[in-house]
Amino acid sequence: MSRIFNPALILVLLCGAAFGLATVVQPRAQTWDKRGNSANVLNLVLGDSRRLFANHFFVKADVSFHSGYYPSIFDQAKPSKDSRHMTSEEGSSEAEEHERKMNFLGSPRDWVEAFGRHFFITKHTHLESGNEREILPWLKLSAELDPQRIDTYIVASYWLRNRLGKLSEAEQFLREGLRNNPKSYELLYEMGCLYKENYHDQVRARHVWELALRRWHEQELDKKDPDLIGLEKIVIHLARLEEDSANWDRAITYLEEALKSSPNPDLLRQQIADLKAKHAGKTSQDGPRDE
Amino acid sequence: MNTVCALASVVIKELYRRKDFYVLFVMTALITLIMGSVTFFNDPKIARYLKEICLLLVWVSGLVIAIGTTARQIPAERENRTIFPLLAKPVTRGQVVIGKFAGCWFACGLALVIFYLFFGVISGTREGKWPLVQYFQAFWLQYAMVGVVVALVLLGSVLFAAPSSNATICFIVVVGILLLGRHLNQVALNQTEPLRTMVYAIYFLIPHLEWYDVRDFVIYDQGTIGWIDCFLATLYAAVYVALLLFATWLAFRRKPLNV
Repeated sequence: MSRIFNPALILVLLCGAAFGLATVVQPRAQTWDKRGNSANVLNLVLGDSRRLFANHFFVKADVSFHSGYYPSIFDQAKPSKDSRHMTSEEGSSEAEEHERKMNFLGSPRDWVEAFGRHFFITKHTHLESGNEREILPWLKLSAELDPQRIDTYIVASYWLRNRLGKLSEAEQFLREGLRNNPKSYELLYEMGCLYKENYHDQVRARHVWELALRRWHEQELDKKDPDLIGLEKIVIHLARLEEDSANWDRAITYLEEALKSSPNPDLLRQQIADLKAKHAGKTSQDGPRDE
Repeated sequence: MNTVCALASVVIKELYRRKDFYVLFVMTALITLIMGSVTFFNDPKIARYLKEICLLLVWVSGLVIAIGTTARQIPAERENRTIFPLLAKPVTRGQVVIGKFAGCWFACGLALVIFYLFFGVISGTREGKWPLVQYFQAFWLQYAMVGVVVALVLLGSVLFAAPSSNATICFIVVVGILLLGRHLNQVALNQTEPLRTMVYAIYFLIPHLEWYDVRDFVIYDQGTIGWIDCFLATLYAAVYVALLLFATWLAFRRKPLNV
């Protein structure tokens, strides 16, 4: 009897059972969560909690962008959930709204608070003159931890291509984003902006934006609350591109599509009328020549 | 004064004989150097993330050294029964308290000087800038805060039964003040009476250690703090140190020394 329950044999049996189970379970476990496929060590160690850390690092980038001036969870003005203020231009409506939201300190309630304000940053500033680079490590870390967070790629690409002149790095990072999120119309839109505004490659920009529009239709059209701002950005850029190429009909079609989502439809109607007039003028000029 | 200095020198010797400081310093240096070796988007000028990580490690290490060193001072003397020959010198209990405080505070100061030298070298070589006044203010304010922490832990060491429980409680209290101290008045305003008055009372009673955390000024290059504000903050810390040491002496004065 004691020979049957030899500890060494039991150990070998347990090892065999563990190995057998591992070969059965491991391939199945890989398909349970598509986000868990990455071989990244951080993902392996942190599991799903990495998304929390990714969010923390994204906020950290925002804090860094404001040089430490940032509302805490106790401040009444909650930090904005979206990241549009991080990519908005001075004087834009997003920037003005952000400026209003960031005025969260108010007057001090007591002497402790009044004196304490000498020891933390109380001035709302944004990074400038190349210092914008300081937000990049946090964005990179955030993307490593949650590759499905689209905002991270867009914000990083915006600063890389517009302020830091690092076009190839921006393209590389956007491609990384697209590898992780192949159906993202936001990333395709951003990629189109890179081609159009930085590389001045209208053909590639058009292709990418057209693909972005297709993706938008596939994903958003049937939604109860579709991303109309995203649609407007894509079609307006496509319309401008077609206008530059004197493809009036297509430009008018895109502007008409933008009408569905625009908060300022009168302006768009005026632009459509102008384009139609241009088109008519062009046709009448071409007419006698053809004759 | 000589007695206090002699007691303090023993504590300082203990710090460099123990391994705590070396382990924490090597860990801080290693993590900082590894993070510094990473290049993001081919831009070697990015430095603030490194300053942030390094200063965070300096703060954590500073607190661990301060609390760890102080928590075992008086209990160790009692356990080893070395307190009896010490008090027979003759050394008064008040001198023991002040000597232990001075020793722990100076020892933490020495450790902080080394940490800040390392931080300064790393930050300066990376950024090419040497804002020494900023570094000095950050060091000095942290050092003043460590003084309050040391006095608080010393009081804990005569109130609580074991150094481990004292260290844990003090660590939670200090981290709690650092994280929430600034916002307690806002929290109080959202409560109903009598909780509001109680929270507000706590807000005014606690030492506001968060004032001394001026890492953001260093990390984001936001200039220096006014010298008058630094002086007033130092004075505020000195008042709390005096109060806590007095309370320690009151508790220690009548405490039986047998374990």
